[in-house]
Amino acid sequence: MIKLPGANGVDSGSLPEEVVNRFRGLAALAAVLIILPAFLPNTFYVDVANRVAILAMNAIMLNLLMGYTGQISLGHAGFFGLGAYGSAILTARYNVPPLGGLILSAVVTALLSWAVARVILRLRGHYLAMATLGLGVIITIVLTNEAQWTGGPDGMPVGRFSVLGYSLAGERQWYWVFAVLLFATVVITQNLINSPAGRALQALHGSEVAATVAGVDVRRRKMDVFVLSATVSSILGSLGAHYFGYINPGIADFVQSTELVIIVVFGGMASIYGALIGAVIIGILPQFLAGYDGWDVVAFGVILAATMIFLPRGLVPSLAAAMRPKRGATC
Amino acid sequence: MLTVDHLSKSFGGIHAVQDVGFHIPAGSVYSVIGPNGAGKTTLFNLISGLYTPTAGSVKFEGAEITGIPPHSLARMGISRTFQNLQVCKNLSAIENVMVGAHSRLNSGMFAGMFRFPGIVRSDRACKERAVDLMTQVGCKAYIDAHASAMPYGALKKLEVARALASEPRLLFLDEPAAGLNHTETHDMALLVGELVRLGITVVVVEHDMKLVMNISHRILVLNYGQKLAEGTPEEIRKNPDVIAAYLGGDEDEE
Ligand SMILES: Nc1ncnc2c1ncn2[C@@H]1O[C@H](COP(=O)(O)OP(=O)(O)O)[C@@H](O)[C@H]1O
Ligand SMILES: [Mg+2]
Repeated sequence: MIKLPGANGVDSGSLPEEVVNRFRGLAALAAVLIILPAFLPNTFYVDVANRVAILAMNAIMLNLLMGYTGQISLGHAGFFGLGAYGSAILTARYNVPPLGGLILSAVVTALLSWAVARVILRLRGHYLAMATLGLGVIITIVLTNEAQWTGGPDGMPVGRFSVLGYSLAGERQWYWVFAVLLFATVVITQNLINSPAGRALQALHGSEVAATVAGVDVRRRKMDVFVLSATVSSILGSLGAHYFGYINPGIADFVQSTELVIIVVFGGMASIYGALIGAVIIGILPQFLAGYDGWDVVAFGVILAATMIFLPRGLVPSLAAAMRPKRGATC
Repeated sequence: MLTVDHLSKSFGGIHAVQDVGFHIPAGSVYSVIGPNGAGKTTLFNLISGLYTPTAGSVKFEGAEITGIPPHSLARMGISRTFQNLQVCKNLSAIENVMVGAHSRLNSGMFAGMFRFPGIVRSDRACKERAVDLMTQVGCKAYIDAHASAMPYGALKKLEVARALASEPRLLFLDEPAAGLNHTETHDMALLVGELVRLGITVVVVEHDMKLVMNISHRILVLNYGQKLAEGTPEEIRKNPDVIAAYLGGDEDEE
């Protein structure tokens, strides 16, 4: 067995490069999350930050599915909507405590996404895109039409979130909840990506045949990651509903799903920080265009087209590649 | 080690593999030869579970494995490479090799998400082993490379390293020397010999006759999906059917 010279970059004595980068990224994220509130002058800005955090977590989960595993989903906001309305209905009409509503909605979403995944993950490319698009549309239609449960197109109010008698109130309290969850989401997805399970997901993206011969149960892995990302989106939907205080079917619709896809593509496929930074930019963009109704959609379109042309790998991967010092002539 | 019985596969009207049977003894180098389109790759796809046979059976160490999915066969100790490269271009070279060890690692989603004890250590060991394997197959120069930046010949070897990472007892190599230069082909032959010494049974599809005759213990000759001959290199060399098919195949031309 050949022992490795340090030049191979796999030197087990010192910390490998990717471990150092990983902690650098997490430290920067933690620092930003901790000092950010001091720079947010009023609750309006805190609210924007909270919404961006929700968007970022949703985008990270979608990137796990799309960027890493290569399974497109154009209906992902639908799962967010299921969690939101599940919690809203359970707490308002059945007096279920908020945490119970969140968990129950997540379980239902997990089961539903599992059943759906069994059927649609046999599809590939455009067919999978169409099927997930259809799923999102169906969820929106149900939320709009079942007015006796959901309040129809006008939506419905959602009560406060409380656990064990402690109730969350105000943007600033929620900020810390979302900040901690966002940090945890980044850590956990990074862990996953760097584990054998995450490698298997990326491998089946690269070559399903290679992955299956290497021992990866491709069908099961696709289902696992689909159910995981749907369930997390449902949990985010539940929290979001309690935070917003009022929800309508628009939170689950095609525009929201598309926005998530744009964030992933713009920020960078198969990049966790890409999804995060994409969410920050796409999330605060409408604030600058607040006076120009409808122009945010145009801006999204322009950003997406410009990304495809100038940064085909997305913002973060392209910047990372540009900043990385050129390696020696090993390849 | 492996027994194939009356194995057939047709695609629509094409009988890609027709009623083929043979036995691969443990610890041998077993070669499958035949002209392009003879059904060699299809045979590999059938044995490795990628295709379901139209008829026939495959037994691995006495156990029926027909219909078992490829990912389960990996766990049982069967691995392979591909004639048309199947490399994950979205991963680094070394990650590609590590994917090969998938069934030997704790690959649970929650284990990965929450870094269960041992998972980091075993993954590091896996990485070190991947480095060793890349060195062994002659890919040392690409240990830090991304798969998308590697030339064809190196990817060919990378696939061998990935296949070895699963610790196979039976290894199928589909045209491992195609696209390799003289020295590399020679190295590949040495590698095959080394693998057999390590106790791996190696099955090779190869067009380089000199290489085949040199390294094989037994040879199977396919032609139009059917078994034309089977035996030791000596027997194959003398077989009149093989000589006819290889030297005077005029009657088969359209
Ligand atoms: N997936 C497939 N679908 C249809 N025909 C196929 C498929 N795979 C192989 N064939 C056909 O089967 C025959 C044998 O092909 P193959 O096994 O690739 O031959 P070899 O590897 O010996 O060159 C060819 O006629 C080929 O066109
Ligand atoms: Mg072939």
